[in-house]
Amino acid sequence: MPGVLSGLLILPLIGSALILFVRGEDEAALSNIRYIALLTTLVTFLLSLIAWWQFDPANSAFQLVEQASWVSSSITFKLGVDGYSLPFVILTTFLMPFCILASWHSIERRVREYMVAFLILETLMIGVFVSLDLVLFYLFFEGGLVPMFLIIGIWGGERRIYASFKFFLYTFLGSVLLLVAVMAMYKSAGTTDIAALLTHRFDPSLQKWLWLAFFASFAVKMPMWPVHTWLPDAHVEAPTAGSVILAGILLKMGGYGFIRFSLPMFPDASHYFAPLIYALSIIAIIYTSLVALMQEDMKKLIAYSSVAHMGFVTMGLFSMTAQGIEGAMFQMVSHGLVSGALFLCVGVVYDRTHTRQIAAYGGLVHRMPLYAAAFMIFTLANIGLPGTSGFIGEFLSLLGTFRANSWVAFFATFGVILSAAYALWLYRKIIFGKLVKPELMGMLDLSAREIWIMAPLAALVIFYGVRPGVVLDAFSAPTEALLKTTGLALGAVKSAALMAP
Amino acid sequence: MMATALPSILTILPELVLATGALFLILTGAFQGTRSINLVNGAAFAILVVAAIATVFQTSETQTAFNGSFVVDDFARFMKVVTLLGAAATLALAIDEMSRQLQKPFELAILVLLSSLGMLLMISANDLIALYLGLELSSLALYVLAAIDRHNAKASEAGLKYFVLGALSSGMLLYGASLIYGFTGTVSFAGIAAAVKGGSGPGLMFGLVFLLAGLAFKISAVPFHMWTPDVYEGAPTPVTAYFAATNKIAAMALTTRVLIQAFGTDAAEWRQILVFISIASMGLGAFAAIGQRNIKRLMAYSSISHVGYALVGLSAGTQDGVNGVLVYMAIYMAMTVGTFGCIVAMRTKDGSVETIDDLSGLARSQPAFAFVLMVLMFSLAGVPPLAGFWAKWYVFSAAVDAGLVPLAVIGFLTSVVGAYYYLRIVRVMYFDDGPARFVPLSGVLRAVLAVCGIVVILFGLLPSPIVMAAGAAAKSLF
Repeated sequence: MPGVLSGLLILPLIGSALILFVRGEDEAALSNIRYIALLTTLVTFLLSLIAWWQFDPANSAFQLVEQASWVSSSITFKLGVDGYSLPFVILTTFLMPFCILASWHSIERRVREYMVAFLILETLMIGVFVSLDLVLFYLFFEGGLVPMFLIIGIWGGERRIYASFKFFLYTFLGSVLLLVAVMAMYKSAGTTDIAALLTHRFDPSLQKWLWLAFFASFAVKMPMWPVHTWLPDAHVEAPTAGSVILAGILLKMGGYGFIRFSLPMFPDASHYFAPLIYALSIIAIIYTSLVALMQEDMKKLIAYSSVAHMGFVTMGLFSMTAQGIEGAMFQMVSHGLVSGALFLCVGVVYDRTHTRQIAAYGGLVHRMPLYAAAFMIFTLANIGLPGTSGFIGEFLSLLGTFRANSWVAFFATFGVILSAAYALWLYRKIIFGKLVKPELMGMLDLSAREIWIMAPLAALVIFYGVRPGVVLDAFSAPTEALLKTTGLALGAVKSAALMAP
Repeated sequence: MMATALPSILTILPELVLATGALFLILTGAFQGTRSINLVNGAAFAILVVAAIATVFQTSETQTAFNGSFVVDDFARFMKVVTLLGAAATLALAIDEMSRQLQKPFELAILVLLSSLGMLLMISANDLIALYLGLELSSLALYVLAAIDRHNAKASEAGLKYFVLGALSSGMLLYGASLIYGFTGTVSFAGIAAAVKGGSGPGLMFGLVFLLAGLAFKISAVPFHMWTPDVYEGAPTPVTAYFAATNKIAAMALTTRVLIQAFGTDAAEWRQILVFISIASMGLGAFAAIGQRNIKRLMAYSSISHVGYALVGLSAGTQDGVNGVLVYMAIYMAMTVGTFGCIVAMRTKDGSVETIDDLSGLARSQPAFAFVLMVLMFSLAGVPPLAGFWAKWYVFSAAVDAGLVPLAVIGFLTSVVGAYYYLRIVRVMYFDDGPARFVPLSGVLRAVLAVCGIVVILFGLLPSPIVMAAGAAAKSLF
């Protein structure tokens, strides 16, 4: 009996099949294609809300579970969500309509293929978050590379081929190591059912290898310094909607992987490698913030700021405190909205002028007051101003880290200052100043379509800043369960160490 | 008398169908000449399909014939069906190609039948004599097939090169076989297995190494791969497809049977050889393909690396490993036939083209064609959710199970290198704007491409049918 979750997987596929049946290449056909895509993503979003409604946040177990036989008795088609995955499912379905809307006029070539690629990508992204079988997870995790590769490569900017190859090969290299680890886990535990693996105790020495293999994959995806270099290229060359998806969802798969696999399945190894994560996170936070300060390209600046913000996430996750983990998860949701919105903001002016150079802009507030206001909200949220969603995530992850290691928190706090520096600098250069450039004189403010894109995102960013509990509540039950099991595991290790002479 | 003779006819029914069919068609061709070309081609295709169906409906019990030198078990049936389907599909490609050429040699279909017969004998070989007979029957037909386009200097060169190197490898194989016979006193695999159980001396190992060298030539594994790019490039494309899709499968089946059934108790000895061959093939195939401009040469190097991947499963030496090899070869056959079908379809008004750049802009002009080729390329790269992913999953997880984790890691790393050149083809078709406009595909080509594309996607989503069949087949070897 298929349930809500398989419905979420199937709906975008049905939409893309419908798009393939639309005949002709004229303007009417293209319009139909766009509306079908928009409608599909909206219906998918509504269905994900139904899933949210059926979901019980107080329960830490997997819910809405569906299971069907698939490859063999031990590798099955199993879906389900818990408090960690459901927010990302909804984030995915929520961002997709904006991506379609943002591509409404900016994509003119090969619209049909574009929409099909996006809808298939939606299925694969949702699949990553709802699969409860490791092999199934891998299938979705890696399958998502193909549509994204095509989106960057076909509809991207000038250096799109370089960027798409770099994106694909970097992530592919990380994932094949993950696959070897999956095989080793299958050998050790005899199953790939995630729920069963969560209770399986892996041998501590094996844990370290498995952890490293998972780390290779998720660190690239996250991306963590020093394997982040694919991200600025991919972001700059991708079309606006592609950047939104990259920053909003694909980067979150790394953090989701850490919380779903690395922390609960390899607690000893996570504890052992936590200093490594701390070091890389601090380098990411400080170094990439400094790099962001030097950028001349708007998208590149936001890309580097994403890397810095993901540093907070990894730091919070591996602090292994309730505040740190919940803060990191919240930071991911918030960053998904904020960075997605910032890329949409870049897309708005890029559609009008076809340049992303910061120097090409200035004084836009005189022509585009609404745009300036929207951009302001997202810039402040990116900095982490209290009252926006960005604050909650950064504050909680810093708080949790402070409890675990105060020096790490001390260094990470510089990131907050630096993020204010580059974000405000970007805002000043683009929005304020005198409107002297002749090509900017004719700029029009946000159209109705663009207002529809910006308003919900801005409202949500502020709403989550004021009422974070809506999302945080979902994280508390699984975090409690996670800390209990890992704490037990770590306690066992410590007592074993005491017993040894 | 009848009661005892009948079962053995059923045992060799697919081979009988091929042999009598080939002889009958030779007579037809000889009397009717090129006028009979359509009849011969169509009949040959039908014979291959009938043989495949006959194999499917054979009993799943293990049977032997010819005093035990010929064995039919689930393993043989699985590999035979894969080989025959590959042969039928590539014959269809050849018929399509022939319809556009002035030269219409009726011998082509007959040679395909004869070499397929040789491959079936290889798959069912249960002693060293049958092994050699099958190998030579198929090889001799293949030498001629490589040079069938005799007015083309490249094809003649390919045929000659293949023949000279092939004869050398046959010599090595025979030398190895004679050593093995000398040290064990028997040619039957079961007898060799019994002799090996007591411990194998250096002489026997020497024989095994020579035997493996000969077999490595047939599956084009490094360091016996040198002929592959030249022959693949020079031979007519459908013939190349036939080499890649069927000959390799039969030779791989033979290698598997020899190693598991005859030398199974001595796995530790040959494993190191296989691990070396496997790593060398994966690595060379991946790196040498990067610089290729000609798509047939690229596929030659790609096939070398795929043999390396399949050997990863065989290196494990376990039932899971053999299962992996079977799954790999079946999926590899579908991907190879599909890809070569696409290459056959690369025809402009002025004739066939073979460079990768000729594909540029294909996604605009012929989207369905480009889509199938893209699916095949991602599948060859092992990207899920396509069939090529499961092929890799089963061989590598068998290797991890057997403790060969470094081998699996190296294999995956080379597959990332391999992904680069498969992506390059996708890039040329989808990212570049170019003038690619090939003549519309014929019905036969459309059918072959559609079937291969569907198989690759369908088995990617639902791999269990092929895995279950391969599992039963692998079980019969142990």
